[in-house]
Amino acid sequence: MNFPILSAIVFIPLIGALFILVINGEQKTVVNNAKYVAIFTSLVNFLFSIFLWYSFDPSISDFQFVEENTWIKGFSNYQLGVDGISILFILLTTFITPICIFSGINSINFKIKEFFVAILVLETFMLGVFCSLDLVIFYLFFEGGLIPMFLIIGIWGGPKRVYAAFKFFLFTLLGSVLMLIAIISIYWITGTTDVIKLLEIRIPHEYQYLLWLAFFSSFAVKLPMWPFHTWLPDAHVEAPTAGSVILAAILLKMAGYGFLRFSLGILPIASDYFTPLIFGLSTIAIIYTSLVALMQEDMKKLIAYSSVAHMGFVTIGIFSLTKQGLEGSIVQMLSHGLISAALFLCVGVVYDRFHSRMISSYGGLVNVMPKYAFVFMIFALAGLGLPGTSGFVGEFLVLLGVFQVNAIIAVLASLGVILAAAYMLWLYKRVIFGKIASIEIKKMKDLNKIETYIFLSLVFLTIFFGIYPEPLLSTIDISVDNLIENYKTNLNFYSLQK
Amino acid sequence: MQTIFYILPELFLSTSILSLLMVGVFVRRSFKLVNLLTIFSLGLTIVLILNLPDEIIKVFRESYIIDSFAIFMKILTLLFCIFVLISSKEYIKINNIDKIEYPIIILAATLGMILMISSYDLIIFYLGLELQSLSLYILASFKKNDEKSTEAGLKYFVLSALASGLLLYGFSLIYGFTGSTNFELISKNLNEDNAGAVFGIVFVIVGLAFKISVVPFHMWTPDVYEGAPTSVTSFFALVPKIAGIAVFIRFMYVPFFNIINQWQTIIIFLSIASMILGAVAAIGQTNIKRLMAYSSIGHMGYALAGIATGTNEGVQSTIVYLTIYLVMSLGTFACIFMMKRENIFYENINDLSGLSKNHPMIALCFLVMLFSLAGIPPLAGFFAKFYIFMSVIEVKMYALAVAGLITTVVSAFYYLRIIKIIYFDKPKKAFDETYDLGLKFSLIISTILILVYFIYPSLLLEIVSSILIN
Repeated sequence: MNFPILSAIVFIPLIGALFILVINGEQKTVVNNAKYVAIFTSLVNFLFSIFLWYSFDPSISDFQFVEENTWIKGFSNYQLGVDGISILFILLTTFITPICIFSGINSINFKIKEFFVAILVLETFMLGVFCSLDLVIFYLFFEGGLIPMFLIIGIWGGPKRVYAAFKFFLFTLLGSVLMLIAIISIYWITGTTDVIKLLEIRIPHEYQYLLWLAFFSSFAVKLPMWPFHTWLPDAHVEAPTAGSVILAAILLKMAGYGFLRFSLGILPIASDYFTPLIFGLSTIAIIYTSLVALMQEDMKKLIAYSSVAHMGFVTIGIFSLTKQGLEGSIVQMLSHGLISAALFLCVGVVYDRFHSRMISSYGGLVNVMPKYAFVFMIFALAGLGLPGTSGFVGEFLVLLGVFQVNAIIAVLASLGVILAAAYMLWLYKRVIFGKIASIEIKKMKDLNKIETYIFLSLVFLTIFFGIYPEPLLSTIDISVDNLIENYKTNLNFYSLQK
Repeated sequence: MQTIFYILPELFLSTSILSLLMVGVFVRRSFKLVNLLTIFSLGLTIVLILNLPDEIIKVFRESYIIDSFAIFMKILTLLFCIFVLISSKEYIKINNIDKIEYPIIILAATLGMILMISSYDLIIFYLGLELQSLSLYILASFKKNDEKSTEAGLKYFVLSALASGLLLYGFSLIYGFTGSTNFELISKNLNEDNAGAVFGIVFVIVGLAFKISVVPFHMWTPDVYEGAPTSVTSFFALVPKIAGIAVFIRFMYVPFFNIINQWQTIIIFLSIASMILGAVAAIGQTNIKRLMAYSSIGHMGYALAGIATGTNEGVQSTIVYLTIYLVMSLGTFACIFMMKRENIFYENINDLSGLSKNHPMIALCFLVMLFSLAGIPPLAGFFAKFYIFMSVIEVKMYALAVAGLITTVVSAFYYLRIIKIIYFDKPKKAFDETYDLGLKFSLIISTILILVYFIYPSLLLEIVSSILIN
């Protein structure tokens, strides 16, 4: 196949953004045209990625659709490619972006053109992260995403948006520059930044620990892991709905993907060495942030903390290094991408109508918004991992994997599932049931057409993958096997070397 | 005769200074004409320089060198001189500093810098430096009715004269202990046991550090940047830095290279100190020119980090850094020139609020510049820092790398603060629309260069590595 489909997928949103930027004329037509261009671009990109999935061959463990061009001569090449793991994240990204654009149409009411530009540019960066097979290119996309996200939080956010945007930007930047140093060091140690080559070159183990920690600092902030998570609740609370959705659904996954691809792949011995650290931090995250979530009065904050807990499952799954654990954590990331996106949209729906995120200002919504109550119920249940939803598949597989490695961690982590049930159901009860809290609530309208369609698509996927996760698992199967095998042979190699 | 051919650009520049003076004196109200002719003669000098043969030529008993490094640096100098002139035209006119002396003195300063860049002998270097410095003193105090501008000029004069004195003292020590003023002979006679000469080199470094304003010899910079007319500030921020860095590289890598162990630690210290001060001190600033002064101090710190490595890659990264820094500063100053309401120029950062609403395109350009200055990918500023980190880590100078890394994050804060004011704050009154094509052109071209740099980053790198063959 000669057509550079990955480059096309990565850069189509950017081209769309440029188009929107040059639209000029009367305010109203500009907004309308921008809207259409944004919807069109994001949907076309979604179709492209479906086509990519369709033509992807899940029985090959190598990277596919590899493109290579000289970029910085003699140093690093522009290299893209996908395997079974990254292709699903590409699909997730191209699926969530149109949803964000639709939600933006509903709820953003100033600087709409700029909003679409920011979302589309962000999409380019996110897709680039999942496609890139070169560390420098990866870094470029990973870090470049900060710019549009900073603007999305800062311009369209809530009252404390400036604080939240700064915190988000500076936290992530500090983590990432350490990763930059690590990338450059890897170049001087091995002479390449090509990921495919690096998977085979064995970096001497005395370097691995520091390099691993540098990568860890970046991913741990972005994921976020306890205790680096403090930027996340602020960013989520202040960001507009679409921003929260992208942040929870995709930006957090970039870090999980990074752990899978780089920490495990390139630095196996250090990954092995630091596994207890990851397990410890993740277990604390699961229990501690679940408890914190219980006490939240702000709906968005509650979901933000629950995200941190769910990400804890992802990291223990990844570092359990069992097939079930790894597959579970990938499914968990994807399903969390759908569920958290849906939950933030749920909050966005009532926020657009009532302009409050406080749980206490709602109550009895089931009487006025039955459709909404139904949708919210499905996602609350999916969020706590009810069997039959995709949330269950991920958590179950992760626990299964971790149990083989460390039973205590598995038991502690499963406490998180119980706590999740507690905070989700309590949230649901307080918002949806009970007495109607005020007269204004009585006047609230149920889901409109766009919202209904958005939610229907999310409900469908959540339940479909909950009942039949096979399409996901069969896509990642070979790649995960390959990853584990690679990891094990590397470990053996190093232990022999000692 | 052959010699004259090689120094034709310099001769041409000197002749045009003299003849433009004549034009200025004998033609009435001739600012526009002189300004135009200045730009024209700068352009023509570039052509003459490009015409030089591509080999290393030493003229006047090996005291003046023409090599590809010098040619590259001279072209940068002339090019950015032209950009500064065309982008500040409106400012000069409105502030009543449109005297004929203005472009002519800029020409004289440029001639001084060109002599500095090509010098291969301490005395020639000093002549060029003084020509440049004397012109800069006048430029800083050019708005002579303005208290701040006069103060800036005087302050700059006193401190810079002191630095020149130290430099000269260092030269005399070097001459005394090595027996020559020629770079090559100095290099031959210099070794680490030659304590007197090493002593002299410290003085030379102090003098050079003052000229490119790195910590702890930076005191003049914020005051001069703030006090001088903005057109002059933009000149200060761009053009003398090129010559300064070029000379720094020449000194460290030709005459003093034998004793790299002696000067390396000094440069590392200068570099780290500048990065830290540039990042920390800028946080509290409210005047955008003052902020740019601290920002330039920080950026010079990064540029020095490349020189400190003592490797070819290090010098390359410094030159790349310098080039990208120039483009970013040009764009930023172009934005500052646009902060004007009813013919009054504003300098406070808070005056920028609402720029995104009133002038979305300017705001976007400013945004690109600021993120690039902060070093966020995929903008050019990131690659500049990236190359510096590359060369620094290659020689395992982790202290420099970590300092650079932390200051990157700290300095991101104040760039973000400006972005916050532009994009997040409540709008104020709109600025005047600019009709100055030169200004718009500078802004647009620098924004585009910064934005598209990532598509083919090797281009600049290749050019730079090709000039460093010797």
